[in-house]
Amino acid sequence: MLSRTADCLYWMARYMERAENTARMLGVNYEMSLLPQSRDAAEQGWRGLLSISELTGSFVQRFGEVNARNVMDFMIRDETNPSSILSCVRAARENARAVRGALTTEVWETQNQTWLEFNRLLRAETTLRDPGPVLERVKTRSHLSRGVTVGTMLQDEALHFLRIGTFLERADNTARLLDVKFQAAQSDFFGVASGSDELEYDFYHWSAILRSVSAFEVYRKVYRNVILPEKVAELLILRSDMPRSLANCVNEVVSNLHLVANEQSHETLRRAGRLQADLQFAHIDEILATGLHAYLTQFLDRIGDIGVGISRDFLVPMVA
Amino acid sequence: MMPTFDEMHGTDSAVRDHYRTYVQWLGRQPHDAMRSRREEAEMIFRRVGITFAVYGAKDEDGAGTERLIPFDLLPRIIPAHEWREMARGLRQRVSALNRFIHDVYHDQEILKAGVVPAEQVLNNAQFRREMMGVTAPGDIYSHIAGIDIVRAAQPDGSGTYYVLEDNLRVPSGVSYMLENRKMMMRLFPELFSEYRVAPVAHYPDLLLETLRGVAPASVNEPTVVVLTPGRYNSAYFEHAFLAQQMGVELVEGPDLFVRDGFVYMRTTQGPKRVDVIYRRVDDDFLDPKAFRADSALGCAGLLDVYRAGNITLANAIGTGVADDKSIYPYVPTMIEFYLGEKPILQNVPTYLCREPGDLKYVLDHLGELVVKEVHGAGGYGMLVGPAATRQEIEDFRRALQAKPSNYIAQPTLSLSTCPTFVEEGIAPRHVDLRPFVLSGRSVQMVPGGLTRVALKAGSLVVNSSQGGGTKDTWVLEV
Repeated sequence: MLSRTADCLYWMARYMERAENTARMLGVNYEMSLLPQSRDAAEQGWRGLLSISELTGSFVQRFGEVNARNVMDFMIRDETNPSSILSCVRAARENARAVRGALTTEVWETQNQTWLEFNRLLRAETTLRDPGPVLERVKTRSHLSRGVTVGTMLQDEALHFLRIGTFLERADNTARLLDVKFQAAQSDFFGVASGSDELEYDFYHWSAILRSVSAFEVYRKVYRNVILPEKVAELLILRSDMPRSLANCVNEVVSNLHLVANEQSHETLRRAGRLQADLQFAHIDEILATGLHAYLTQFLDRIGDIGVGISRDFLVPMVA
Repeated sequence: MMPTFDEMHGTDSAVRDHYRTYVQWLGRQPHDAMRSRREEAEMIFRRVGITFAVYGAKDEDGAGTERLIPFDLLPRIIPAHEWREMARGLRQRVSALNRFIHDVYHDQEILKAGVVPAEQVLNNAQFRREMMGVTAPGDIYSHIAGIDIVRAAQPDGSGTYYVLEDNLRVPSGVSYMLENRKMMMRLFPELFSEYRVAPVAHYPDLLLETLRGVAPASVNEPTVVVLTPGRYNSAYFEHAFLAQQMGVELVEGPDLFVRDGFVYMRTTQGPKRVDVIYRRVDDDFLDPKAFRADSALGCAGLLDVYRAGNITLANAIGTGVADDKSIYPYVPTMIEFYLGEKPILQNVPTYLCREPGDLKYVLDHLGELVVKEVHGAGGYGMLVGPAATRQEIEDFRRALQAKPSNYIAQPTLSLSTCPTFVEEGIAPRHVDLRPFVLSGRSVQMVPGGLTRVALKAGSLVVNSSQGGGTKDTWVLEV
């Protein structure tokens, strides 16, 4: 397969996954902003969301005041923001269009249709008044986009690079979400709890995080227990049977990388394999003892490093 | 000006035999049904992304830069016997043109014989000296040819097909031929049980067979690719479509590189050798080392590999020397010269402004003639006398006098009309036809071609860049 084709497929999948995760993050923030809380706490939530995506600077430049409406506007449909849902959906579609010959008709049409629909929908004024349905719709189209690739494409390199893109992006996004949400709760989590109100607040906080990665029911099923922060962390980091956990994402990246391995990809495979082993044999207590933030920061570095390796080995190789 | 020939109705407005069933069917369709079918068609074309790019334009959604080519619901129907004759003529014409290209880059016998004036060829900007002595596999140079055909009425009311121009470089439009048929079968399946319409969907197969058949002789299992200028090119959809339908890679210039006398593409598994390039990039941009140095669309060193016979380009470099409008008038004599046959398809009578006698006639009759730049394409740089203002005619006169050899002129043929679904209802609009002729180990084509239609009432310009649309073209099997 052409390197450029692989590159477009990889980015098509990454952008679609990013659109979905942005929608998930906005959804959980929006939901939490409806809980009784101080104005400061609410603003803190939106600030956190911007910092997860490393977008605080460009946001402040464009909007100034951090509030729900502005952040929604910026993250959903601002075309100057390359990570907004609108920008991601457009980028996914542009990449698909560049390699439509490598996609099945159904995959291409799904991607094109998604773009046509959101290009209209996201610009509508109602989107900001009631973002819930739109964010749900983004998730639905992303499910569809992933499903149609698995359901119609030949299981060759094209599909493998799509999968690598999906899971690398998801690993990155889940880690960022965990990082910012645990930080927000850190005073409660590792600090001294004060009073029974906190307990109640915790429940809503953690259950919202679980729901943002479609893991609320999964948590109950796996642990049959009340919502405990360390269990939430364990589920989303180490449980390899949880589809959005870091462990599962890295497993998927590694197995797809093995399927496309070439003469120069040894080092990238080694690093990915090592990260996989680290997750496989880690214990949540150790991670929490060293500090979750430090752990996730390091994880993001390693994921970024694997991404660079994939680009160098497969997508924009220097030959001739 | 001659009367107009209508594809559906005869001089007495009676419906022609081959349209009779269609007209009866159409009479049974409520008007609204046709309108909603048209909306359905547009929706599908947009979803499938059958669009062409327009530089710098934005639509009301801000999506911009992509437009649909208007698709007309009424088919253009060609009876079996007319197509048989046309196909024979196309085969003959394209064979002679390929012989001509081979000849001008080798022994130049046709020039020595004085059949075509030597300076017309040798001083032509499309004549590529780099091609002298280059022998393409099977002596085929224009593997994919699009021959534009129009029909004009004779005084007795019958219609005659004329070749308006030959497109031997990178003719486009075949994807619309294929998509239009798919759309018609989707919208009006019942019509296809009433008519036996010759299928066209096997075109990509014929194309692949043609391309594989002209690979360098030493290659057993040739690797074929389609070379596109990229997704911002107006015909990008077609490039991607053909690559996908043939199951070959769609490459851009930066995907290719030359090493040790061969062309390779960069793949995820390392370099892979390429044997045949169906290139949709103009000669000038193919190789920055040989042609335009600023081209980012080509592959440096490609020409050397080509001259060494280690890669096949389809179409070959330098085929423009045979489809130039200044060469066109000589094609009928070319056919007699190379094949010893009478031309089956006729040329439109043409005045060469480089000849003083012809120039005088043209200047005296500008208001009646169509004057074209010899290197122009896409309907640009032409004067349609009867439709032009006095000012336009005078402007053109000055341009013509300044550089007569740059122009040819033809009588204003009234292109035939075909009923077309427009805002006011169903009305006649002018059409042409572009069949695609494939030359490899043999000469092949699918029945019909792309019918283009000028949607503006009275307009004779069918180019999509100037508001033209397309129709499905039915060649009947009986």
